[in-house]
Amino acid sequence: MNEENDDELSHLIRAHATRHRASPALEAAVRTEIALQSASMRRPVSASPWRWPIWRFGGVGFACGIIVGAVVMLVAGQPRDAGNLEGELTGSHVRALMANHLTDIASSDQHTVKPWFQGKLDYSPPVQDLGMQGFPLVGGRLDYLSGRAVAALVYRRHDHLINVFVWPDSGDGQTTLGGHQGYNVLHWRGGGMQYWAVSDVNAAELQTLGRLLR
Amino acid sequence: MANERDFETLVLPHLHAAFNLARWLVRDDHVAEDIVQDACLKAYRYFGSLREGDPRPWLMGIVRNNCYTWLEEERLIPGRVELDDELIDTLSAPEHGQGMDPGAILDRERTRKAVDDAIRALTPPFREVVVLRELEGLSYAEIAQIASIPIGTVMSRLSRARAELKGTLALFWRNK
Repeated sequence: MNEENDDELSHLIRAHATRHRASPALEAAVRTEIALQSASMRRPVSASPWRWPIWRFGGVGFACGIIVGAVVMLVAGQPRDAGNLEGELTGSHVRALMANHLTDIASSDQHTVKPWFQGKLDYSPPVQDLGMQGFPLVGGRLDYLSGRAVAALVYRRHDHLINVFVWPDSGDGQTTLGGHQGYNVLHWRGGGMQYWAVSDVNAAELQTLGRLLR
Repeated sequence: MANERDFETLVLPHLHAAFNLARWLVRDDHVAEDIVQDACLKAYRYFGSLREGDPRPWLMGIVRNNCYTWLEEERLIPGRVELDDELIDTLSAPEHGQGMDPGAILDRERTRKAVDDAIRALTPPFREVVVLRELEGLSYAEIAQIASIPIGTVMSRLSRARAELKGTLALFWRNK
């Protein structure tokens, strides 16, 4: 192993190995997030009732959420009520992340999260930790949708967070995948409950979670 | 407080280098993008702590740490992401080589795949020194800073990685 061989190896690698380049989309996403972060830093603290937790939840999809949320909050002054349930669910997902109010009870233990809902809801939502399957439970939260209190269960997939909203329903049926403002929304009914999972995670992974919960 | 314009001129030019490192370490485009984006936000938040330091190894150190956190999680919960390297290799189109004969293009493509495969076969601590040294042209001192290891360790890892690569790629210069 002499120096000359080192040089030849270097030449071979430099001439032929793949140099991966950041996509224009990645660069644009980074610039946008920096600009938003910078704008939020300049705002006086008292005028900012919520904090930007985005550095904790990196991800291109999350950036979209922040942009959507920021436009809504800065332009309209307050979160707009979407006319449909998917909009309402997505709004709840985004607000939970933005307001740093993701969970009321933070625990990956299903036996801690499930009993927490007792006395707060008139039903008991099914809670499972799916950490072994790659979807660790982050915790639970009480939410308010379509005029009723509902359970929101929070799961994590890599750096992405998933809100699963659960409330009683007598029906049973197919899983449907929809989307709202760049978020994926998965819906199914079964076991006396209806489920709505909302996240910026990709559709395939959200469907994996759906299958695990069904 | 971080200055957006300074950050854009000092740190963002190193986005390609940061992505190249992340992509080589985690071997997945989407994961690498998530990691680089998160690292840039962290870098922006802590931009003040950079002071007079060199922004390139500083940013790449943050990217590298994110990659190792991901790799560690991946080790604990394997199979979370289908690595797409193989797919890309089979799908990648031949490079445009106007005036080059098809045999030469194919040859070039084969060489690229062989070199990529050989680097990919190294474990992350060895792969990263090769990528940083050969593809990014960084100094031993910069690599030491990025990987948080002494310069002596950089040199010994590089020499072991080279020995391994010479074995896998022996064909390419014995034939010359």
